[in-house]
Amino acid sequence: MKAHVLAHDQQPSSFSFTPENMVVVEDILSRYPKGFQRSAVMPLLDLVQRQTAAEGKNAEPPYGGWIPQAAMDEIARIIDVSPIKVYEVATFYSMYNLRPVGVHHVQCCTTTPCWLRGSSKIVEACEKHMGIKVGQTTKDGVFTLSEVECLGACVNAPAVQINDDYFEDLTAETMTEVLRLLENNIDPKVGPQVHRHASAPEGGATVLKDAEPKTQKTSSKKS
Amino acid sequence: MPKLTIDGIELEVEPGTSIIQAAEMLGIEIPRFCYHDRLSVAANCRMCLVEVKGGPPKPVASCAMACGEGMEVVTNSDMVHKARKGVMEFLLINHPLDCPICDQGGECDLQDQAMAYGYDRTRYRETKRSVKDKEIGPIVKTVMTRCIQCTRCIRFCSEIGGTDDLGLINRGEDVEVGPFIEKNLATELSGNLVDLCPVGALTAKPYAFTARPWELRKTESIDVLDAVGSNIRIDVRGNEVMRVLPRLHEDVNEEWISDKTRHAIDGLKKRRLDRPYLKSGKGKDAKLAECTWDEALKAVAERLTGVKPTEIAALAGDLVDAESVYALKLLMGGLKSPHMDCRVDGALIDTSSRGNYIFNSGIAAIEDADAILLVGVDPRKDAAMVNARLRKAFVNKQVKIALIGEPVDLNYPVETLGDTPQDVEAFIAAKDGFAKIFRDAKKPMMIVGMAAFQRDDGAAVFALLQQLAESFALVREGWNGFNVLHQAAGRVGALDLGFLPQGKDGKDFHAILDGARKGAIKALFLHGVDCFDVRQMVGKDCFVVYQGHHGDAGAHAADVILPAAAYTEKDAYYVNTEGRVQMARKAVAPLGDAREDWKIIRALGRLVGIEMPFNDLSELRTAMVKEYPVFGALDVVCPAPVSKPAAKSGVLGDQAFVNLIGNFYQTDPISRASAIMAECATTYGQDGALEDAAE
Repeated sequence: MKAHVLAHDQQPSSFSFTPENMVVVEDILSRYPKGFQRSAVMPLLDLVQRQTAAEGKNAEPPYGGWIPQAAMDEIARIIDVSPIKVYEVATFYSMYNLRPVGVHHVQCCTTTPCWLRGSSKIVEACEKHMGIKVGQTTKDGVFTLSEVECLGACVNAPAVQINDDYFEDLTAETMTEVLRLLENNIDPKVGPQVHRHASAPEGGATVLKDAEPKTQKTSSKKS
Repeated sequence: MPKLTIDGIELEVEPGTSIIQAAEMLGIEIPRFCYHDRLSVAANCRMCLVEVKGGPPKPVASCAMACGEGMEVVTNSDMVHKARKGVMEFLLINHPLDCPICDQGGECDLQDQAMAYGYDRTRYRETKRSVKDKEIGPIVKTVMTRCIQCTRCIRFCSEIGGTDDLGLINRGEDVEVGPFIEKNLATELSGNLVDLCPVGALTAKPYAFTARPWELRKTESIDVLDAVGSNIRIDVRGNEVMRVLPRLHEDVNEEWISDKTRHAIDGLKKRRLDRPYLKSGKGKDAKLAECTWDEALKAVAERLTGVKPTEIAALAGDLVDAESVYALKLLMGGLKSPHMDCRVDGALIDTSSRGNYIFNSGIAAIEDADAILLVGVDPRKDAAMVNARLRKAFVNKQVKIALIGEPVDLNYPVETLGDTPQDVEAFIAAKDGFAKIFRDAKKPMMIVGMAAFQRDDGAAVFALLQQLAESFALVREGWNGFNVLHQAAGRVGALDLGFLPQGKDGKDFHAILDGARKGAIKALFLHGVDCFDVRQMVGKDCFVVYQGHHGDAGAHAADVILPAAAYTEKDAYYVNTEGRVQMARKAVAPLGDAREDWKIIRALGRLVGIEMPFNDLSELRTAMVKEYPVFGALDVVCPAPVSKPAAKSGVLGDQAFVNLIGNFYQTDPISRASAIMAECATTYGQDGALEDAAE
């Protein structure tokens, strides 16, 4: 787990949602009954992160989605709570970035199942390819490498989350390949990096192979 | 009404009572850190685990579990002991073993409970975590590594302090309490966090490393820095006041006190008058010089007997106790002078009935009120504890509160209805909005501040407010919603003693100052009067005697200074704004040659040939109670009627009400002499903050 520390030197003085995102904000707020708008804090924090990610893609150097302090204050204003309530939520989750990250935020799961399946080799491969250590961002702003707790993809361990996508069943080689593709703006295949569909058994089905599913006979009573 | 047994003792409790509360009723102690009976329940320290038979086979947090029918609670089984030991072991994993250098040492819940419920050794061999300290203001010192995340401070700030500044940042092993973005706590109750903190994470900055609890002698007393009369405990080492803590009084201050009450005490050691002074020399060369008591009193007596009785006047100030005002009134009576007044802030209050100038419903009744109108008052600065009640009423009942007066920053929503007497007139006439709510209320309450009366048309404003009270029937069967909120601790007592112009020739405050300037008053006795620039108001020729304890405005103007005892140095009666008579007790001896106030006045009386009918304090009190029976019952609020509006009260002006206290932290000679209050005033950007009070 990383402890959130505010990046004091990189804070913009103000933040506002774009007009398109304001529509989304209204939509998010409308999901909660009147008087419970404070519940919208999490989707709004996520929206901020998506907005900054969109802005950061074309910036020089580029950066990924993160949440400036001004944005948290803006959310506090929108949902009418004191700013500390938003800070509490934002610092609780490792998915919210409170300092600028690279365009591709590589979050390696290192919790027990992934670790048993070789996550340390994955982290090592990332560090080698990016030339940075865990917790750092590459100079060109393309990658940030983080260690996170269980991604909930144990059945496909080792797993890595990059922005919104999961990359699973990784080896050092496939990990490096994914990173290489991302670097060159090619979308890699999302999901398991072996021949396997989602969490289905590797190499195809192992049971229920022999026959078509039997159509159940409906018992009709003779009249 | 659920019936249950706790440790085999059967009892019946109100529905919703938690197990910890029920156990408390039986006197069974359950250890706890996060639970506090005035805060919401967090249930995160897990120290209060008990066994509930018949329930799931695991310990239950007794602070969060409501009593149920037929429950069988055990607080001393093996399971409970084991659970507590386990919890304690976890709490101590990251708690530093720095008790010898911790200010909480000796009065620390964690220390005590670790002794009582913990293991005698640790099994933890890894590195302890450390947390960065937070800067949250001049009152509270933080050592966050000691924090056990009970979150009492967070809940106090958001629920009672009304400032949502603290929160739980990060999670798991990295969790810490703090404001995240560094900021000072915007509450004048921040000192209470120190009392709440069960460990040494939050300690008092001004008190840091000065004393240990077992060195202190404790005296239960009364605070005089505002008119609330908060109950306090004065902790003393040797002859030095080390700290002031709150004392529980449900009807006055509950268990909180304001930062001024708590930390202005360093002002008791600065700018003190510790010996008599006499002005010698003429004109420009005149200089105050030290002298003996004999010389000083003789000089005063000569002057008092050397002028006509009607050329003598006396004023009683903000911090005066009832006994000395009584003695001073006897002295003035003996001298046959009718000129005396205690309304030195110029508040023209109608004193024809006691109900006109006290907080009739009582401070605790704020919680019962269902609509509250504030007139010319800033409760936050005038009386922080009253403000805490108002906030409590808002938090508990969302009571509607409106204000006619200068807009002020309060920590609950207030509807502003204007700021002039004309707005009061309009309010009386209004049929809808807050006026309707106020008219329909079962227990309407009006709180009037001094700003309503501290003006030339104060008497007319008072008559108008009496009209308002009649129109809305503020005084009704079993309820008196006409409340005056004073700013000075000595005022109500002096008003009760009738320290007011005597007869129709008696000059009031303004007339006395006017007379002194123009020569009609040749000798002026100031009893602790410091709230205005005396020399400028009095003129050069008047002979000014100042009796008090600080070298403040009054002493600067004096020809003779009679050094007196401060509130921590005498046994004295004070009457708070509710009309509640309370006794302050002597915690330390008066400084240097200073004497208790009533003794000085009695000695002076003797020199001018007036024998007062008492030789000690108890005789004085007996005589005082005989004449003024309200002083006969301590800690009682006597309901008093509000008089009908006077027929003749002058013309109503149209100026807005202006609150005179711009600076909460420096309102009286003691807090003006305090370096800590000066720091607070600067930190919190209070209007007209005085510079650090150096000797």
